[in-house]
Amino acid sequence: MDGNSAIAEAAIRAGLRCYFGYPITPQNELTEYMALHLGRRKGCTFLQAESEVAAINMVYGASLVGARAMTSSSSPGISLKQEGISYLAACELPAVIVNMQRGGPGLGSISAAQSDYFQATRGGGHGDYRTIVLGPCSVQELADMTMRAFDLADKYKIPVMILGDGVLGQMKEPVDFKREAPDVTPTREGALMGARGRASRVVKTFTSNPSELEEINWSLFRRYQLIKKNETTWDTFMTDDARLVVVTYGIAARIAKGAIKNLRAEGLKVGLYRPVTLWPFPDEPLRELSKNVKQFLVFEMNMGQMIEDVQLALAGQGEVSFYGRPGGVIPTPDEVGRVMSRLYYQKGLRS
Amino acid sequence: MTDKQSSLKRVKGTIVISSESCKGCELCISFCPKGVIKLSDRLNAAGYQFAYLVDNGECTGCAVCALVCPEVAIEVYRD
Amino acid sequence: MKLIYSRPKSLKKAAFHYCPGCGHSVAHRVVCEVIDEMELQDKTIGIPPPGCSVFAYNYFDVDMAESAHGRGAAVATGIKRACPQIIVFTYQGDGDLAGIGTAETIHAANRGENITTIFINNAVYGMTGGQMAPTTLCGMKTTTTPYGRDHVIEGYPLRMSEMLAPLDGVAYIERVAISSPAGIRRMKKAVAKAFQTQIDNRGFSMVEILSPCPTNWKMTPAQSWKWVGEEMTQVFPLGVYKDVMEPKHAD
Repeated sequence: MDGNSAIAEAAIRAGLRCYFGYPITPQNELTEYMALHLGRRKGCTFLQAESEVAAINMVYGASLVGARAMTSSSSPGISLKQEGISYLAACELPAVIVNMQRGGPGLGSISAAQSDYFQATRGGGHGDYRTIVLGPCSVQELADMTMRAFDLADKYKIPVMILGDGVLGQMKEPVDFKREAPDVTPTREGALMGARGRASRVVKTFTSNPSELEEINWSLFRRYQLIKKNETTWDTFMTDDARLVVVTYGIAARIAKGAIKNLRAEGLKVGLYRPVTLWPFPDEPLRELSKNVKQFLVFEMNMGQMIEDVQLALAGQGEVSFYGRPGGVIPTPDEVGRVMSRLYYQKGLRS
Repeated sequence: MTDKQSSLKRVKGTIVISSESCKGCELCISFCPKGVIKLSDRLNAAGYQFAYLVDNGECTGCAVCALVCPEVAIEVYRD
Repeated sequence: MKLIYSRPKSLKKAAFHYCPGCGHSVAHRVVCEVIDEMELQDKTIGIPPPGCSVFAYNYFDVDMAESAHGRGAAVATGIKRACPQIIVFTYQGDGDLAGIGTAETIHAANRGENITTIFINNAVYGMTGGQMAPTTLCGMKTTTTPYGRDHVIEGYPLRMSEMLAPLDGVAYIERVAISSPAGIRRMKKAVAKAFQTQIDNRGFSMVEILSPCPTNWKMTPAQSWKWVGEEMTQVFPLGVYKDVMEPKHAD
């Protein structure tokens, strides 16, 4: 199944009730899959909104009343949703937002890229807020992480973003969904449903009293610490005896893995460190790794964004080099392999 | 007196204005058909001159004042 | 003597923060009277916008949820699609509905969303200090049109009721005015009809309420009400602009 459709099917199986989308390449298959399959399910809603801005605000509305809600788009569209995401984070409303990245900035290209890393992990909207950001690197992971996204969103009452890209969305791989779609979509506890049998409630953050808003910020950040402690995930490949470790995520990790296998065959001791949760960023395990690995190569399909998190994590405990291809150019394993082997020899890692 | 006029004998009514809620916008004064509401010289806690009913029995309890009052400060009673 | 008029149940006891003579206060009370009479208090969600009426949740004793500026119609759509049994109303100002939220408003109407919109048109951005709004009248002075709105530069006031009425998804639109006791009675009927439209699932319903803003118009409350009745109604004629129940014009 193609990645985009796999996300849609996984969301339906996770009990999605409302999907609000808007056409944008390279994620249209996701919207179309929802139109075909979600719209027909009892009690569910597929709606193509008039803009990405409207779509994210519809998600806000559906999430208010306890429905599992989702929207998807690609880079420029995600920029339009940032205000809405800030409101979701502020009002502690769960939601799943999928960004199948494409080359940027501006209208950009429709090919895959990773140039929205900062926007996703730092938050492109206003205010001190965070969203959980997951970085899948295969169609199977797209499916697994979509389901995980809904569970995390409800568990921590927070918007969760899946940061994929155009290649992941378009490529086809076998996938096992591990869950059946529920007959009745779940309704979240404590959602706003009209004040029957209780006092009326208000979901808001606007206040003329700054200390009230400060308290909201503090409580959100206590939750973010909890998320960082409980949910940080990462993946490694042949790092036990590695002397040079490539740090990358998503589709770039698949490319790097190909290069690593080739170089390992030539006897080079190279490995891969792959953050899976991009926020919270897995910094401690990377610091742990830097006890015996001194050379790191950060490889991204952008001008260098995750590299900053790597440098923050290592805090000087190791040398960090960078190789990046922005704009939607898709590097090949050979290309990355050459960079790695040249670095390997330059840094005198040949025993 | 035609039948209709006689049935219009004095319909007694009165209003209670919460002087603390009143913001002295004088809308009730301008719309009261009997002109029985005046603005007091005294101020309420918020510093507004509040409206009050001149109790001369003219009020018919038509509720126009309550209808236009932005502060929901007026309760109306009628026979 | 019997008490015949008092505060509606669904209007909280809180004092309004609105300026003396403001139209919002009256609109709040009337909407709450309708909510009481139609027994909607325990199945309604209201959506106030950023603007003077952002504090509506301190007054409406129903579940309220804040929306981003201009996005009320989209939030209401999300709610109604997720839970069709909930009665949803958005309470929006002219900047919110006819300015930044025009697209959301038009498309919600065009989709025939079963939501009710209370549209307060006071021709200025009130909360932020009286700037020009999409519905500011030509020649009207505001803090951003200090010499009076000039259509050559700032264009013309936007007539939302007339714009939305022809859309097939729209079931009921009426424009009323807070300018006189009769106007307020008319408003109450319109608001009740709008909610009934939603209850009967007939499609999008909106009541455009011409509303006085004494402070930003720099008038006394009584003058501002008169101005609504005499000046605004010239540019924004009152009446029923769409009613699928009684297609004939005027009521």
